[in-house]
Amino acid sequence: MLAFLVKRTANAVFVMLAVAFLAFLIFRSFGDPVEMMVNEQATQAERAELRERLGLNDGFLTQYVRFVTNAVQGDFGISYRNQQDVMVLIGERFPATLELVLVATVISLVVGIPLGVITAIHRDSRLAGMLQLGSIVGVSLPSFVVGILLILAFSVTLGWLPAFGRGETVDIGWWSTGLLTPSGRAALVLPAISLATFQITLVMRLVRAEMLETLRTDYVKFARARGVPRGRVHWVHALRNCLMPVITLTGMQIGNLIAFALVTETVFQWPGMGLLFIQAVTFVDIPVMAAYLLLVSFIFVTLNTMVDVTYAWVDPRLRDDTAEVGGTNG
Amino acid sequence: MADRSERMAQAQPLTHAAAVLPPEPGLWARMRDSDLWHSFRGHPSAIFAAALLAVLTLTAILAPWITAQDPYDLAALQLINSEIPPIWNPAGQWPYLLGTDVQGRDILSAILYGSRISLVIGFASVILALAVGLSLGLIAGYFGGWVDNVIMRVGDVLLSMPFILIAILISAMAGAALPPGLRDVLAAPILIVAIAVPSWVQYARTVRASAMVERKKEYVQAARLIRVKSWRVMLHHILPNTLTPIMVAATLNFGLAILSEATLSFLGVGMPPDQPSLGTLIRIGNQYLFSGLWWIVVFPAVQLCLIVLSVNMIGDWLRDALNPKLQ
Repeated sequence: MLAFLVKRTANAVFVMLAVAFLAFLIFRSFGDPVEMMVNEQATQAERAELRERLGLNDGFLTQYVRFVTNAVQGDFGISYRNQQDVMVLIGERFPATLELVLVATVISLVVGIPLGVITAIHRDSRLAGMLQLGSIVGVSLPSFVVGILLILAFSVTLGWLPAFGRGETVDIGWWSTGLLTPSGRAALVLPAISLATFQITLVMRLVRAEMLETLRTDYVKFARARGVPRGRVHWVHALRNCLMPVITLTGMQIGNLIAFALVTETVFQWPGMGLLFIQAVTFVDIPVMAAYLLLVSFIFVTLNTMVDVTYAWVDPRLRDDTAEVGGTNG
Repeated sequence: MADRSERMAQAQPLTHAAAVLPPEPGLWARMRDSDLWHSFRGHPSAIFAAALLAVLTLTAILAPWITAQDPYDLAALQLINSEIPPIWNPAGQWPYLLGTDVQGRDILSAILYGSRISLVIGFASVILALAVGLSLGLIAGYFGGWVDNVIMRVGDVLLSMPFILIAILISAMAGAALPPGLRDVLAAPILIVAIAVPSWVQYARTVRASAMVERKKEYVQAARLIRVKSWRVMLHHILPNTLTPIMVAATLNFGLAILSEATLSFLGVGMPPDQPSLGTLIRIGNQYLFSGLWWIVVFPAVQLCLIVLSVNMIGDWLRDALNPKLQ
């Protein structure tokens, strides 16, 4: 187990170093940091001095090592666009994104699991057929289209819910939350639903597939034969055995949802780090882009590694063949 | 559908006659008698999806001949025709079936031209990803060793970043690196590459796994003994064994590629406004969401969803039809 743990962690570290290398390459190849940071009147000498101070005259490898060392300590430099520390910028935006992602995840579970169970236990009914079709529609709807249609229906036409922003927020320490104010909760509804749509269909399809398999097992038949009520068998005994893969999927998808939140955040002008990233892309604000890329990849890789390690811990057979465990992209 | 069954009925005596003659059925006849075709005929949703996709593709291809105006020709646009609602609205005007935008551009024409771009980019990126993924996967699985290691590690790194993030970065970086004039000309090729880069890994992994199994089998050993070239072994013996899962994955990825293109264009790192794909049209229309001009954004969005929906329905059916466990 220890060997597996070491191997898997080494693999994760290697991947992160490679991603950092990509970010570093982007950092090096686009725009001259000195030009971005000094004002127009700076003299040649001042520029040279800044260049030296930033270490831009050092060798390629030295600079890469320094980039990684700084990144590990959370130092990504100064944003070109608004001259603020990148980590502070991202730190301010992070709670907004995480709240959005977590609420979307909860919605996907609360809606997706019952739908999956229903389509599995009434598999040949008209309702299940409709829900199955609905799930294909759900997969085919781009999240920004869902967002736009929701805004059109509930903000423009009905005027029930706000179409952009985060509403009022309350600070708890460094964390700003919108969950404690009525306007914050109202602002969260549409973005969360639009981010959750795709995830709902994923959860629903997974639960359905797992349920269909579980319903064929002996213990379910035996429970029925023993006189346990049908509802209890389905919703308690069978469902409980389907939840493990759902937890895995949910865990692994959180990284994807954080990345995909940038689309939702753009539609709803939600002040999260995805919106920050898209604005950085428009202005070629490289430090912000590099930091976002590294942060999201780090969350992604950490979650995947944790899932793999947990699986290997539960099932010793998986420890031998490290390369094939899990399948990193769900 | 009526026309298809008619043709089937006419073809019936022919196949019957062919059965008497020495049996060497043509490709068409073999296709019509395959399990896949029978499964297709038994699935109304697959038939519906295929018909829908056919209509959407044909209207997109024929766009220059069937649309009311050329949406790229600025001279054809007249401000007097701007902001006309769809035809069923009392203020609607012929021939603007789905209304016009703020510049007087016919929405239906823009949608059909936009579908062309979306379909071409989606298709091309799948083909590119297939070409790269299949070759690298074959090479990695067949030769093993350090070649395998390098290819699969690169794949691991790509899979450890979210798909959409890689595509956005490639598209944005390429856009920033190119001079403005070239940027718009190369927008479509850039998008094709940006979407293909994160998607080849899946094909490579599938093919690699089966190449590793096949390479140990005796017939491959024998072929190598008599010095059959390795690319021949890979192409003629290993590749055909992997095509079923690849076909399903490629179909589903076609839908995903169209979605990704639309997402990138919507975010502003895709097709420019003067050659709009469906995503660009939605981005443009999004600006008028609050001014009551809902048709500018809703119709391109519906078209996009219909295309992706029909592709996904076909992919879903294909996955079930080709799954030996379900037969």
